[in-house]
This record gives sequence, C-alpha cells and structure tokens, in this order.
Amino acid sequence: MYHKEKSIQTKNSASALYNNLGVLRIAPRRLTYFAVVHANVVNMVSASWDGLDYSHRQLQSKEPNVATSTSLVTQAAFCVLPSRDLLVVTSQKGIQIYESDGSIMVYWHALETPDTPTDKAVFARGISAVWESYICVGVSSGSILVFDVPSKGSNITLSEVLEEHTESITDMASECSGSQECIADLVSADDGGNLCVWKSGEEFQLLNKIHGFDMSCSSVKLWKGTVVAGYGTGQIRLYEAVTGILHAEVNAHARWIYSLDIAPFSGLLLSAAEDSLVRVWHLNLTPESNSVEVAHLHNECVTDTQICGAKFCDSDGYAFAVTGYDLSEIIRYTQS
Amino acid sequence: MSVRTLPLVFINLGGEMIYILDQRLRASNTSDDNSEKVMNDIVGTMFSKAFIDELLKPQQLYSHRTLKTVLTRLAHASIMRLNPASMERLYELMVMAFKYQVFLCPRPKDLLLISYNHIDTIREFVKDTPVVVNQVDETHRKIIEVYSSLSEGEFQLLRQTLLIFFQDMHVRVSLFLKNQVQRPTGRFALSTSGPVPHGIEVPGLIRTCNSKGREVRRSEFPTGGSYSSPVREGCFELHGDRVTRLGRNMYTLSHPEETRTSKAPSVKTSDAPNLLAKEELNLLARLMGSMKAENKTKVEAGFQINLFTTDQEEEEAGAEDSMSGVINIQAMQDEQAATELARIAGQFTEQEEPENPYCNKGDDLLAMMDDL
Repeated sequence: MYHKEKSIQTKNSASALYNNLGVLRIAPRRLTYFAVVHANVVNMVSASWDGLDYSHRQLQSKEPNVATSTSLVTQAAFCVLPSRDLLVVTSQKGIQIYESDGSIMVYWHALETPDTPTDKAVFARGISAVWESYICVGVSSGSILVFDVPSKGSNITLSEVLEEHTESITDMASECSGSQECIADLVSADDGGNLCVWKSGEEFQLLNKIHGFDMSCSSVKLWKGTVVAGYGTGQIRLYEAVTGILHAEVNAHARWIYSLDIAPFSGLLLSAAEDSLVRVWHLNLTPESNSVEVAHLHNECVTDTQICGAKFCDSDGYAFAVTGYDLSEIIRYTQS
Repeated sequence: MSVRTLPLVFINLGGEMIYILDQRLRASNTSDDNSEKVMNDIVGTMFSKAFIDELLKPQQLYSHRTLKTVLTRLAHASIMRLNPASMERLYELMVMAFKYQVFLCPRPKDLLLISYNHIDTIREFVKDTPVVVNQVDETHRKIIEVYSSLSEGEFQLLRQTLLIFFQDMHVRVSLFLKNQVQRPTGRFALSTSGPVPHGIEVPGLIRTCNSKGREVRRSEFPTGGSYSSPVREGCFELHGDRVTRLGRNMYTLSHPEETRTSKAPSVKTSDAPNLLAKEELNLLARLMGSMKAENKTKVEAGFQINLFTTDQEEEEAGAEDSMSGVINIQAMQDEQAATELARIAGQFTEQEEPENPYCNKGDDLLAMMDDL
C-alpha cells in the first residue's frame, strides 16, 4: 500500500518525545516544512515537492539568561489558523511562537518557575490551533493556556487559563474535519489518561470529561466529533467526544504509543509506537448507527527504532513521514 | 525535564562501574583483601547518607562532564587509581550499558527494577561488611519511598530525560556485539517478538462497540511481529525477584576483552567544552562536598587498574583521548560558586598531595579536574 521514499537527512537526531514531528504543507509554493526536536533545538527542513531543494534551519530554545542550564524543548508543532500559519515551540522555560518558516519569533511566554525547586518538573507541552483564532498550549501542572492570535503581527495575548486537568498535559488536538457542525472544538489529554473536550470561544466551555485508567494518553486527535486517543498501554481508543461513549478499542501496539495522526479527507489514521512499528488504519463513521469502524490497512517497521513522530503529509494521507529516537532522518512513505 | 533522574543515574551508572571494576580486579588477580577494600570504599562512599540525600533533592540532570567528574571522584574514594584514558573508557562502557537498559526497558516503571537489580548485586559485593550493607539498605528504602508514588507518565518523562542525555552515543561494546544486543552500527537491537510488558495487551485485536458503548464485534489484524503474553511482574520491594535481566551483572562469566569499546564509524561524540551553568557548578560542589573522604588510609599501596588488555591499547587510548579539560572560566564569574568550589578543591589537594601548585582560585578547579 505504501512504499518507502528517499529520507530527508536532519542536522541532528530526534529526541524521544511524544508527537515529535511537525508537518506543514504549503501548496502555493510547492513546499513542505518539517520540524523535529533534538534536545534544546528544533530542526526545521523545508523540502520542495520535486525533491530537489532542501533547506535547513535550527531554532534554539530561549533561555532567560546564560547562567542557567539549557532548556529542553518538549514539542514543536505547526498551527494553522484561517489567517496565518505559525510554529509553536514549547520548552522547560516557556512558549515561543514563530512565523511558520522559523524566521522570526513573534511571541514569547515565560512559564512561572517557582523560586525553590519543586518535586515536579515544570514545562509546557501539548499544542493546538483552535477555531477561530486561538492557540492552546498545555503545561505540566495541568493548566491549559489559551492565546488569542491576531490575523497578523505580534500582538498575541493570553486570553484564558483553563484549569481542569490535574496531571501534566501530554497532547491536544482540535477538530480537523473542517466541518462547522461539530460541537466540540478541542480535546486535551493528560498523563493520567484523562481527556477533556472543549468548545472554544471568548470563554472556553468544558463539554465533557472522559476519565482515564491511570495510564498516560500520549497522543490525541479529534475528527468528526470522535476522539482518537493513544495510550502508554499501546492501545488506541475511540470515543464520541461530547458523550464519552466508547466506539472502539484497538490493542494496536506492544509498547507505548508516541504519535497519532489523521488524514481528515480520507479518514486514514496513523499510529506509531516505541515498538518500532507504524500502522495505518481506516476509520469509517456511520452517523446513522452512531458507530465507528476501525479497519487495519498497513504496517511499516522501522528496524531497531523507537518511533517518536509520525504524521501524514497531506489531507488525503497519500504520504506520511516518520521520526525515531537517535535517528537523524525523516523517513517518508508514499502510497504505491 | 524530570527532576528525579539523579538518584537512578548514580545507582545505575555507579552499579555498572562497580561491575566493570569487579571484573577487572578479578582479571588482574588482585588480592581478595584489596578487592574487598576497593568495593567497600566505593560502595560506602556512593551510598553514604550525605551523598544520597543530595541526589534525592529534586533537580535537573546536568552534563556528562559533571557526571564524569563525580564518578571519577567516587572511583578514587578507594585506593585504586584510574588514569584519565581509563576513566574515559570506563565512562563509555557504563553509559552504553545504562543506555541499553533504559532503551529496552519494557515499561517506564521498570527503570526501578533495573535499579534494584544493580542494588541487589552491589549488596552481594559488600555482604561481609555490615556497615556498608546497612547503607545500601537505607538507600534502597529511600528510593522505594520516593519513587513509589510516581505515575507511569512521570516515569516515562524520567526515561525520556535519560534518553535525551544518552542521545547520539553509539560506542560499540564488544560484549554487546558478541551477544547481538548491539548492531555493528552501534544501535541496539529492538525485537518485534516476545512477551509484551506486564500490563500491556498482546496487539492484534480490534473491539467495536455499538452506539451504547457495548462491545458487539471483535476482529483481528496482522501485527507484523510475534508477540506473546507477558511474564510475571517483578518485585518492587526491598528483596525479591526482579524478573527482568536488565541491570544484572553482564560481566560475571565474560572474558576481559569484552570490556573493549570502539566508537562507531563516522559518529562524533560531542564532548565539546561549554559553559558549566551556575546551577550545575553548584550541584557539582554539593555532590563533591557530600562525599566523605573517610577510609582514606595513608597506605601507599594504592594501585593502578588497567582497563585494557595490552600495553599497546593503553597507549592508543591515551593518544585518542582528546584532552578537553578546558572549562570556560567565564562560568565561574559567580563569586559564591567559585569560592565554594575552590574550597572543595582545596580539601582534595590537601589529601592528595598537590603536584602542581597554582596560585589562583580558577586554576585550582582546573587542577582538580586535570588530576582526576
């Protein structure tokens, strides 16, 4: 179904972090941007569709002053809003927002660090653009910061702080089907496997809370009102977002899942885990019976590699890209 | 990221160091008395209350440089001496062994079982010295107390922090190559068959539910691997069967040459000297300060340990060793940190007979590093 294409070499290897691959497709310029985190640096590659041009850029995590230790980056993700595309980088020190090509930093938000070290790590993690002009970022305390983003310029403001989770945020996702009918706009996941479903607005509204099983949910997606969640148990669960009804459960992987992605036009689902496997599934929603069917389509094994990022490169799922711990390349697959 | 890495790092790296030293001591026919003394001194220092209490404070994991410095100091808590090249090789072996264990750790929580395997074996080494056994037991109890409350997610964060720390290290270890746990490229072998970790379901099943959330259908999919049910869970108490083999002594029956290492082709290990951050200097000072210099008998019968089988290898190692011992003095512009470190350096030079008298504080620190 898929075959391997030529890999893109990166300046350094990928770190073992959840959802460690960002992909942004820029159709008008026939380019795709990739972003991969390595320790305190984000490696960005701009790849032309004809496979001839690659340009690289590295973004450093911002440190308040040189005397403190380097700040590890936890995630780098592209945020697509109606008016603009941005790149958001979360780290131990705070949140940096760049123009999507990484050329200019437009905003910096420092996390409050306590004066005396606490016994819990402090960091930001979990990034999602949300209808219509919001970027939401999670924090290790469980808080979710909601930023209001103007259509241009750097006047980004902190609009709200959502305090519903009590454990570290792992991932967040917004409704990606493009459908205006969906009630839920955002789902957030935490280290306890708890999922919160939100409606965006001047004040975000909590629509539902789905309780976890004391097992971290490392990656989450929201598509046509269905939450797709990947867990440390290697399982994928599909829930109806607003009611929390379980649609399906898949014993998908033998190790911790690190990344999920959905191709919204085709309903293809990508799952990747520490077991070195990437799997492609198809989600079939039947609104009449209010059920979801999951069909397995394809496996790819990246030998001896604990995969940390996997994303489709387009909305149909025609191609996808994969990163792995200690690998200095972005591996690409295309439909045969 | 995780502020809970240091205790596990020292127990596991220190444990690997002790395994390797034990094997080298036996291989070089060191007397039982001397061997026991070396073990007791090192274990006693590593598991001293002051040192462990410092480690247990929530703090970041700093650089390889700091770790290497403290581990060298630990090794020199005994009458044994290691030259810098030997220490470099020893450190590589230790780190690659721990990287292997962390990489293959079935569940993040099993990092504790790996640590307990190290502690169990260490306890065996010093079993004839009740005072040291007590220290080991006390430390073990503290570890159990501190780490029992961590969630799986927090353990995974700890593991991720360690993996970032080990990133890009692909030193090939002959023992690992021989056992085929490491490929010629330096990467570790990851199997897609065998038992799944405890608490994980064997992959292959899709359960579909109806609109009420009740299961209505089951189907299977090909996993591309051959997985089986999990084995029993290891014991997290003070004593018990840990089940996992990770963290056990790999060197017991091996031949001396299996502690050989070689760098994987075309991989640069970045040991670039960089600023030691103020916080890092503070940690180094506290850790060094907390290691008591007891048992430092004035015996001149200190002996060199040879980590290499031939003199030629020893020479080669010396040549390879890039003396990156330059610490940027700018990092020491903080008066307080500099003073504290100088004080500690002063403590050491008193006991170890300074060979190179220096006249200013910064140079004292450099001298201390160089002498290691």
